[in-house]
Amino acid sequence: MTLDRSYQAVMARRNEIMKRALGIDYTEFERSPLAFDYEGMMAKAGYTLEEVRKIQGETGVGNTPLLELKNVTALARKLAPSGKGARIFIKDEAANPSGSFKDRRASVSVYHAKKMGYPGVIAATSGNYGAAVASQAAMRGLKCIVVQEVFDSRGVGQPEIVEKGRKCEAYGAEVVQLSVGPELFYVFLLLLEETGFLNASLYTPFGIAGVETLGYELAEQVRELTGRDPAAVVVTHAGGGNVTGTARGLRKAGCVDARVIGVSVDLSGLHMASDGDFNRKSFTTGHTGFGVPFSTWPDRADVPRNAARPLRYLDRYVTVTQGEVFYVTEMLAQLEGLERGPAGNTSLAAAFAIAQELDEDQVVVVQETEYTGAGKHPTAQLTFARDNGIEVRRGDPRENVPGKRIVIPAHPGQLGVVDVDLDQLRRSYLRNAITNTGVREVSREDIAFLAEDCRASREFVREQLAELGVKLPDQG
Amino acid sequence: MQEGKAGDWVQIRSIVLPPGQRAPQVPDDTQAVPLFMLVKGFLQHAARIGEEATITTVIGRRVTGELVAVNPTYDHDYGRPVPELLSIGPELRRMLWGEEAAE
Repeated sequence: MTLDRSYQAVMARRNEIMKRALGIDYTEFERSPLAFDYEGMMAKAGYTLEEVRKIQGETGVGNTPLLELKNVTALARKLAPSGKGARIFIKDEAANPSGSFKDRRASVSVYHAKKMGYPGVIAATSGNYGAAVASQAAMRGLKCIVVQEVFDSRGVGQPEIVEKGRKCEAYGAEVVQLSVGPELFYVFLLLLEETGFLNASLYTPFGIAGVETLGYELAEQVRELTGRDPAAVVVTHAGGGNVTGTARGLRKAGCVDARVIGVSVDLSGLHMASDGDFNRKSFTTGHTGFGVPFSTWPDRADVPRNAARPLRYLDRYVTVTQGEVFYVTEMLAQLEGLERGPAGNTSLAAAFAIAQELDEDQVVVVQETEYTGAGKHPTAQLTFARDNGIEVRRGDPRENVPGKRIVIPAHPGQLGVVDVDLDQLRRSYLRNAITNTGVREVSREDIAFLAEDCRASREFVREQLAELGVKLPDQG
Repeated sequence: MQEGKAGDWVQIRSIVLPPGQRAPQVPDDTQAVPLFMLVKGFLQHAARIGEEATITTVIGRRVTGELVAVNPTYDHDYGRPVPELLSIGPELRRMLWGEEAAE
């Protein structure tokens, strides 16, 4: 029998395709249309921290160096009030086999695919994750397909993504390249159905468990090097897995006082599914176009229940501008001798400002770097920006306009962060939860789940749901 | 190169969804253009650019589409020097270590 390959027919089969391709039965964790057992899912479907460390050890993932940025710290102290300017450390995740922390995320999925007898793995990603899956698959002898959104309708590719595609090919993966659009998911489903490969989604319990080692390791390293816990861990935030996994790892290390601060590049105003806006972005990841929607509705991902749930873990969420990130990328190369990719330095831009809020004896950790190369490099990305009509100049980064103007700071004292109101995101999350499930009446258990899932009080949840006209239980 | 022979490394293109049949949630500018797909692999038979061609990908999948390139080239690079970046290093060294360090 030939299956109907039309868009509507394939989308209608998505649940059965996913169930086979994920090897996880999510229904056993469902509690109601709204609530599910998150910790139960992480425990049962994932692997323990000890198992993950062993799996990652087999393929050379993790145990990356934690480097103190002494010159960057000295510069921050020159700009900070007296007694302020925390020590800045960076976790050099570029030292992983494929050049980013995404190897941690891929390692467990690919291990699992091998163990379960899948002939290969597929990942839908335009980011470093593709190279990570391809590299891990190469090591474990599995086939690999990476599906990327690369081009606008003119066929002009984003240089960062073109480079990531090249890297996937270098590891022996097949790369399926698409023009702009969320229907990438349809192609992805077709490929899963055709090949019978495992969906190495970024958002399974495997992927998130893989990142926990990053938080755990950095806590151990900071303690060893400084004799104390970090005051803040600054995390580039896009789909939410980096924040979630790192924060969970910190907790497992008993590092409970470190503030988890998410950072995204501000790309507000640019539509992520717009053909015209696609190449007006000078960053393709680590930006608000992923960071905000994935915080306010994690279950938009390619799995029934997303294991990355950033609102549970964010103590603070800030944005920086594209120009500030290019500036600190230059700073890192010129003052510390570390040439790394711009997107991974998003959290460094924020940490430079946040260090100036903290005391000199405190520690702030930038928890990743990524590899750099043709295409994913400040000169490549700024040349591309200019060629697409974006103005580039030195000045005050507050004059930055996403998609129109990139302002490289004139002075390091101009680097700053803009706080995102987490309560605003919580309200959006609750509105999305109600709208997307169509639930009109909730139980006490639902309220408890929602409160936990967006890290708010039950009173806050009740208040918001009442405003949305949802029928509430009498108490609780 | 206008023609590929069997075994050549090539790139093919196909339309996944034509304009008007895109997902309902995409904005108007995206709705007006096709969703297209590019895949690389080894050509199964001689074909000219623009003709329909079948390839075998590196993992052994057979895919058919319009032949768009023989020996497709990576054309991404490091771009042109960016004057706005060139001055940052000396400025920062001057701030940290004084004039001499920046010269």
